[in-house]
Amino acid sequence: MTSSAPAVPRHSVKRSNTSIYLVLGCTVFAAAAQVLMKFGATHAMPAVNPANPATWMPFAVTLLGNLPLLLGYCMSAGTAFLLIMGLRHGELSTLYPIISMSYVWVDLLSMYFFHEHMNVWKAAGIFLVIGGVALLGRAGSNA
Amino acid sequence: MNATPLSSIALVLLASVIGSFGAVFLKLGAAHLAGGMRYIFNWQLLAGVSLYLGSSVPFVMGLKHGELSVLYPMVSASYICTLFWSRLFFNEPITKAKVAALGLIFVGIMCIGVGAR
Repeated sequence: MTSSAPAVPRHSVKRSNTSIYLVLGCTVFAAAAQVLMKFGATHAMPAVNPANPATWMPFAVTLLGNLPLLLGYCMSAGTAFLLIMGLRHGELSTLYPIISMSYVWVDLLSMYFFHEHMNVWKAAGIFLVIGGVALLGRAGSNA
Repeated sequence: MNATPLSSIALVLLASVIGSFGAVFLKLGAAHLAGGMRYIFNWQLLAGVSLYLGSSVPFVMGLKHGELSVLYPMVSASYICTLFWSRLFFNEPITKAKVAALGLIFVGIMCIGVGAR
């Protein structure tokens, strides 16, 4: 390359797209974590009394056996990690609202796992959120 | 239609504001990672994750009472706050496209909240 340096760094577009995909991946993890925690919440747990050590072990054993809940926490940690990786480059004002996509995934996953029904409002909301996030993606790559 | 208590709206808005500060600290902390993954333990990331976890407390308390169609869109307040913090702390421009996108997301989340009834 010669003297005329481009005003925008060469990697900026590619980087901001990578960031967008990382944050989108983070929303999938966040939605999966919510569904797993909902499953985990229905798992019967023995009563625990912090003042009574005899109740600690049964609670801890059942907690370790509550695989959906444990997996939900792992997915939450993954969510945080992907969000941090996504925020390394690019604009916060573009990347952060992409998290709203988790509402879309939760709605779709709830239909499958909890047999909740789709309706006109949910469908309209899903399209509007996707439209907003798509617009953010364009706003980011033009910045 | 049940009235949504003002306290619930205030709690969810509080969670949104706390969450938006969490995002600012996560962004500050993530910038350290340009120097390598060994910088992952820095106080900004710790503050960001703590604010995030902290924001879930008023959020869950707020969601206990009231309509999701009213409370869900309040989460968009965190995106709006983040837009202003990004301008203030990171000099990111507030563009028409960003404002329009937040408008679509706000109405969209409101619709999802209405559909959840």
